[in-house]
Amino acid sequence: MARSKVVKKVAKQAEAKLKQADAAFVRVKVAAEVEQSLSTSRTIERVTVNKAYKMYIGGAFVRSESGRSFRVKGPKSTDPEVVNMPRGSRKDIRDAVLVAKNAQASWAARTPFNRGQILYRLAEMMESRRSELAMSLGREGREGREGREGREGQGAADAAREVQVAIDRCVYYSGMCDKLSALLASHNPVSGPHFGFTLPESLGVVGIVSPTSPSLLGLVSAVVPVITGGNTVVAIVASGDPRTAAIWTECLATSDLPGGVVNVIYGQADELLPHMAKHREVSGLSLWGDLGALGVQAEIDGADSVKRVRRYGDADRSLIATEDGARGLGYVEPFLEFKTVWHPMGM
Amino acid sequence: MLTKPQTTSQRIDGRMGKLSKIEKKREHEKPAIVFGNQWDYAPAPEATDFFKIGKRYELFIGGKWQKPRSKSYFTTISPSSEAVLAEIAEADDSDVDAAVMAARHAYDRYWSRLLPSDRSKYLFRIARALQEKARQFAVVESMDGGKPIKESRDVDLPLAIAHFFYHAGWADKLDLAFQGRAVRPLGVAAQIIPWNFPLLMAAWKIAPALACGNTVVLKPAETTPLTALMLAELIEECDLPPGVVNIVTGAGKTGAALVNHPDVNKVAFTGSTEVGKRIQRAVAGTSKRLTLELGGKAANIVFADAPLDQAVEGIIGGIFFNQGHVCCAGSRLLVEESIAPLLLRKLRDRMATLRVGDPLDKNTDVGAINSQMQLDKIRELVAAGEREGAERFSVSCPLPKKGFWFPPTVFTNVSLSSRIAREEIFGPVLSTLTFRTPDEAIEKANNSVYGLSAGVWTDKGSKIFHMASKLRAGVVWANTFNKFDPTSPFGGYKESGFGREGGRQGLSAYVEVV
Amino acid sequence: MSSRGADRAPLILPPSPTVDAVALEERAAALAKRSIKKATKIAGLRLAIRMMDLTTLEGKDTPGKVRALCSKAMRPLDSDPTIGPCAAICVYPNFVSVAKAALAGSQVLVASVATAFPSGQSPLSIKLDDVRRAVEFGADEIDMVIDRGAMLAGETAKVFDEIAATKEACGQAHLKVILETGELGSYDVIRRASDLAMLAGADFIKTSTGKIQPAATPPVTLLMLEAIRDYYYATGRKIGMKPAGGVRTAKQALHYLVIVKETLGDDWLAPSLFRFGASALLNDVLMQLEKERTGAYQASDDFSKD
Repeated sequence: MARSKVVKKVAKQAEAKLKQADAAFVRVKVAAEVEQSLSTSRTIERVTVNKAYKMYIGGAFVRSESGRSFRVKGPKSTDPEVVNMPRGSRKDIRDAVLVAKNAQASWAARTPFNRGQILYRLAEMMESRRSELAMSLGREGREGREGREGREGQGAADAAREVQVAIDRCVYYSGMCDKLSALLASHNPVSGPHFGFTLPESLGVVGIVSPTSPSLLGLVSAVVPVITGGNTVVAIVASGDPRTAAIWTECLATSDLPGGVVNVIYGQADELLPHMAKHREVSGLSLWGDLGALGVQAEIDGADSVKRVRRYGDADRSLIATEDGARGLGYVEPFLEFKTVWHPMGM
Repeated sequence: MLTKPQTTSQRIDGRMGKLSKIEKKREHEKPAIVFGNQWDYAPAPEATDFFKIGKRYELFIGGKWQKPRSKSYFTTISPSSEAVLAEIAEADDSDVDAAVMAARHAYDRYWSRLLPSDRSKYLFRIARALQEKARQFAVVESMDGGKPIKESRDVDLPLAIAHFFYHAGWADKLDLAFQGRAVRPLGVAAQIIPWNFPLLMAAWKIAPALACGNTVVLKPAETTPLTALMLAELIEECDLPPGVVNIVTGAGKTGAALVNHPDVNKVAFTGSTEVGKRIQRAVAGTSKRLTLELGGKAANIVFADAPLDQAVEGIIGGIFFNQGHVCCAGSRLLVEESIAPLLLRKLRDRMATLRVGDPLDKNTDVGAINSQMQLDKIRELVAAGEREGAERFSVSCPLPKKGFWFPPTVFTNVSLSSRIAREEIFGPVLSTLTFRTPDEAIEKANNSVYGLSAGVWTDKGSKIFHMASKLRAGVVWANTFNKFDPTSPFGGYKESGFGREGGRQGLSAYVEVV
Repeated sequence: MSSRGADRAPLILPPSPTVDAVALEERAAALAKRSIKKATKIAGLRLAIRMMDLTTLEGKDTPGKVRALCSKAMRPLDSDPTIGPCAAICVYPNFVSVAKAALAGSQVLVASVATAFPSGQSPLSIKLDDVRRAVEFGADEIDMVIDRGAMLAGETAKVFDEIAATKEACGQAHLKVILETGELGSYDVIRRASDLAMLAGADFIKTSTGKIQPAATPPVTLLMLEAIRDYYYATGRKIGMKPAGGVRTAKQALHYLVIVKETLGDDWLAPSLFRFGASALLNDVLMQLEKERTGAYQASDDFSKD
């Protein structure tokens, strides 16, 4: 018994010594590592202020009411930032639809000229943030920018070009606002003593699932034509890396666009779209990308309030990327109503 | 009335005083207008002896009259007498399939290759032939559907003809219609139409579809198939290529088979919102293009400065035209409170002159309710209105013993939340509400799931434009109501559907803009 | 009474409702589509004859012409004493005595146009003298013309005063106020003039002198009947209506009766409240009645011209 006790004691002491040696070794090793890291990667400089990205609802930058977030991280080599993006919820959709609804009548009531000026202002704001937008596009993770892998090394040029096309698209639709009536309205030569005419009018709140790629140009091309005619929008950005979308909403916020006209929510389409499709205050759905059964279900759900649903397939998506693609009435008209007015002509 | 000279102002003050006193007492002391029979109109029945309705109608598929594979037939009756008019084939899935195949074949092999100007000429031909046979179509429309002959003769037929004429001219000008954008036809159009304007709806559907280069399978409503089948005969006479127009008859099941057929490129439906939603769900996830023209609960807004006597005509026409079986009927009367008593009095007096009865009598203003089912629905909603405390006024006219009838009815003291203010009654029943300010009128008018049409009555131009821009409705009639024209796009906002019929805008429903 | 002094307070009349021309004309046209057949047609035509103010207002009128007209009014169709008589004959003041004598013992009334007919462009004193003299001669009814110039110049008070003064000058005679609608330019002014005339004391309102085109039309008549209806609603007083000029055929007359029936009901379907100013109309109505009786279309020479 005694012998065994001694053995045990000795063993314990040896163990403790070994631990001490180990700790010393670790300390030395860590110090060496930190030393090396500091000397190779950093000079003494100010600590950067990282942005807390938020969703854009009612003209305000907000976190998800759910308190949830998801982690976004680009390729480590180019993008050291780790971001917690708010993850939109059913209630965020609900709130956004409400503010979009409340903003709609006054947005539609603005003169087309005024709406055009605001969209032009948006282009100006984007222009002044070109480098930021391009930088953001360039660091987007693969999840966010499909097919990016194959274009390794082209990132920066591609990104700059995408920003440029997106800005030009805003300019294009800016000038569209006050042309819609000229292009779509009619005088109706009815057989009788009545004066009749038909005018395009806004539809209401349009729910959008924006294409995940190209991310900025896709969002701009999905949203901007829809608001030219006086609609307001709730857009779901379902990409894994919506940072560029967030920067774009900062352009929106400084562009004189009234709060609530465009609302952007990040998150998962399968979680958010059904609530948008069922929401009776939403009058139209613009669905981009291959949503599969989710898209079909959204059409079915949308029928409960007879929503105008437009699904854009691959052909439209590839059009977006081209400089003169995604332009024209085809992206505006599906989200307009036509109102016919009759009045007698007599003394 | 003046006994001695007074100053003008004294005289006027005196008379005004008298007027306002009477104004106050008006509710009790109504000098009534007697609309009696001192000089009544003798029966004036339209002739029915110059044509014959077939005993039995088969399906019109691929240019031939084909017996239904189901071997089953249903009857169509006259809702004014309940007499059986004819037996009608019931198309089942395989008949529908045959019709779609015929339409596809005609599209691929012939119609899509035809010169647009030749399509145009076929449509002109149909228009002309319909003009020549207008009266017999009108008579059958009234027999089968119950609507007064004066309406089928003066509204349904002229408009149906005009629709063919109008769209005939578009066929070879589609390249001009979309700002130079090229268009191409969609293919086979499945079209389902209601029973309230059977031939007119067939024209609204067939004319633009053919003009745009599509072929058609049309299903008329089961209670009113006759004029669509006569139109098929007429199309046959016009020598249209077989399969370009196919008519399949039947009820909801036949319609569902048509909507769900995989080889259909386009679905156009006019009917109830409930069925419209079902169709929208059915085509979800397909590439079928869809237009829906659904229900309504139109507000007819009368301001104090309106031309009141003409407004009364507009209210009457708005709700009693075609027994109120009109999706855009002005079924909610919104009256500025200050004139409500006077307007309602005028309305009741005007209603007293409405002649309800034999649809074939040329003096009939209000005909028969289209079916027992519809009559039951009207009765149910009217009973609900009474239960909910609204005051009912129905004209006290004798109604025929046989057939389906409902007297023109107005409810007053209707609250915005009651069923008769919210649900589409689709009958000769008007719900009256009052408002105090233009904003209140707009709010009440727009407070509906529907948005098909609206009426505004005021003498003030700027008010008309303001109201017209604020009303969420696809058609706004200002100082008029229930006017239609093929040049004038028609269709709804909100749950009244989407897409337009008529005008250049209506062509969009039947083409793909390239 | 002849002029408004400076001390008079401004004339304030209740506003007239506005009129939509297209809907008004549409309604009038819709009523023309009533199918009037068989017994209804016969009853309507017989009624129309009893509503006629058989009229001659020409520079070449003579006592002989007036007497002939009177006998036609008393018994429009020799072969059928149950037809007629007409409601009145309508002549210039100078022929009132002649007519009165010719019509003695009959129910036919004598109406006379006065107030410087047809232009109305004379001083009020002369117009009132004209009225008084016609009444003295025995006129049962006076057809006056309003001053359209004043109406169009916005001098509604002047128009009102003249009507009121004329009514006073009429004494027991009924006053028909001719608006000469063809000169008023719009339905709104016609409506205004109708209201004005009723407020000022008219027993009847009448479309036209027959000297101006357009004269009576269905929409104008409908409009004036609607004004009468509003006045009746407000006061309980029944004002009569007389379309004149332009009603030439039996078919037109029936159309007017339809308009009356469906606007003001049974009470107005009587000579006491509805009249036709007529000259050519009577023979066409008689022709149609004969056609209904015999089943054969008639020739115009089958009927005496006056």
